[in-house]
Amino acid sequence: MATTTLVKGARGSRSTVALKLLMAGSGLIFIGFVLMHMYGNLKMFAGHDAFNTYAEHLRTFGEPMLPRTGLLWVLRIVLIVSLLLHAYSAFILWGRANGARSQRYAVKKNLASSLSSRMMRWGGVTLLLFIIWHLLNFTIGKINVAGGATNDPYNLVVDSFGTWWLTIIYLVAMVALGMHLHHGTWSAMQTLGFTGTEAARRRAKTAGWLVALVVAGGFSLVPLAVLFSLITK
Amino acid sequence: MKLTLKIWRQPDSAAKGAMHTYQLNDVSPDMSFLEMLDVLNEDLNAKGEEPIAFDSDCREGICGMCGLMINGQAHGPEVTTTCQLHMRSFKDGDVITIEPWRADAFPVLKDLCVDRGAFDRIIQQGGFISANTGSAPEANNLPVNKADADRAFNVATCIGCGACVAACPNGSASLFMAAKITHLGLLPQGQPERETRVVNMVAQHDHEGFGGCTNIGECAAACPKEIPLDVISQLNKDLRTAIKRGH
Repeated sequence: MATTTLVKGARGSRSTVALKLLMAGSGLIFIGFVLMHMYGNLKMFAGHDAFNTYAEHLRTFGEPMLPRTGLLWVLRIVLIVSLLLHAYSAFILWGRANGARSQRYAVKKNLASSLSSRMMRWGGVTLLLFIIWHLLNFTIGKINVAGGATNDPYNLVVDSFGTWWLTIIYLVAMVALGMHLHHGTWSAMQTLGFTGTEAARRRAKTAGWLVALVVAGGFSLVPLAVLFSLITK
Repeated sequence: MKLTLKIWRQPDSAAKGAMHTYQLNDVSPDMSFLEMLDVLNEDLNAKGEEPIAFDSDCREGICGMCGLMINGQAHGPEVTTTCQLHMRSFKDGDVITIEPWRADAFPVLKDLCVDRGAFDRIIQQGGFISANTGSAPEANNLPVNKADADRAFNVATCIGCGACVAACPNGSASLFMAAKITHLGLLPQGQPERETRVVNMVAQHDHEGFGGCTNIGECAAACPKEIPLDVISQLNKDLRTAIKRGH
């Protein structure tokens, strides 16, 4: 798309960098969310009653100032809006990147890019499909693959991860999540303009590793513990 | 040295190109990469074939005119420009694939030559300062601290060769733009137009059909002038500030 015209009346908010800012901002919301979600999941180690009480508290949080599940819905709406913005920006930028090089190289080497950075787009699609399944599994549909009851959160988790193939699906998703967070955390910092020096760049890259390992590792503990019968009904 | 060269041939921008294979049997390791291509072109001329078109000018690594994708790396295996690459970086019997910069914003003119006019138009959108120069002012009237002066000089070494675009998986020119934005943004003379500069340059960049940055870092690894990736952070910050202030 070569052109010889100069753009007039440019607006910063209409640029690709603005789309990147949307991705970075919504990405930071997701980082906060997965950290809290991971922490909540670890309540599984505290036993049946502690986990179910925690699940109930998420619904009664802020009562009587807020209606039942009020805060939960506020968070859900924030997450849904963030997801829409994140995915919308990603697909627009993906399309632009494809259009920017319609004739590919016969030979192209990767010198500096990490595997995580090259997996961002397809990894993101993987995570999107996983999120849909995950919500059907534990929130919207409550699907018990072992065939048991679905009205008890603790037992639903134990039944689910007692099924080896479901545990594998979740662990693969956590690898995808870890890789997405590894590049995404650093990338968000760079896009928001917080990495203007070499030291800040190194710190952001370390933060990427830290967030990825803590979140993906922390989430994987519960399925593994159920699979190896450390957590039972 | 004996070499097998696979080179992109394309008669003009409208024609369809293809890779062609050539043999060179007597290449000296002391030749520069471009001299090696000159030798190949003498062979082709002697045989009555069309010589391979490629860009070069100063052959000193300072003008930014030359630029080839060599075995999948912009400017080849060393951190320098194509003209400063020597055949000692290759081994006898090597197969070398040579392609033009690939970006829709850099259309191929012929063989290995591309049109980088898109860079000129990005610079036209604010990669300068609009100040009447007159006679040189007293240097101490406008103090610039050492750290800023050094950094401005370092990023001002960008020669606009286009290696960053060539290496970027998204075909983005963010490193090129960011080098200029950082250079002028660090100096007092660059402040009055700082916000309009970033907004207009990014708008032109998008309009030319370059892709967006995904902070992968291939550009900085390919840059013969070693412009660091953190200049793109500065560009993003300047754009964010400009949006906030209503640009």
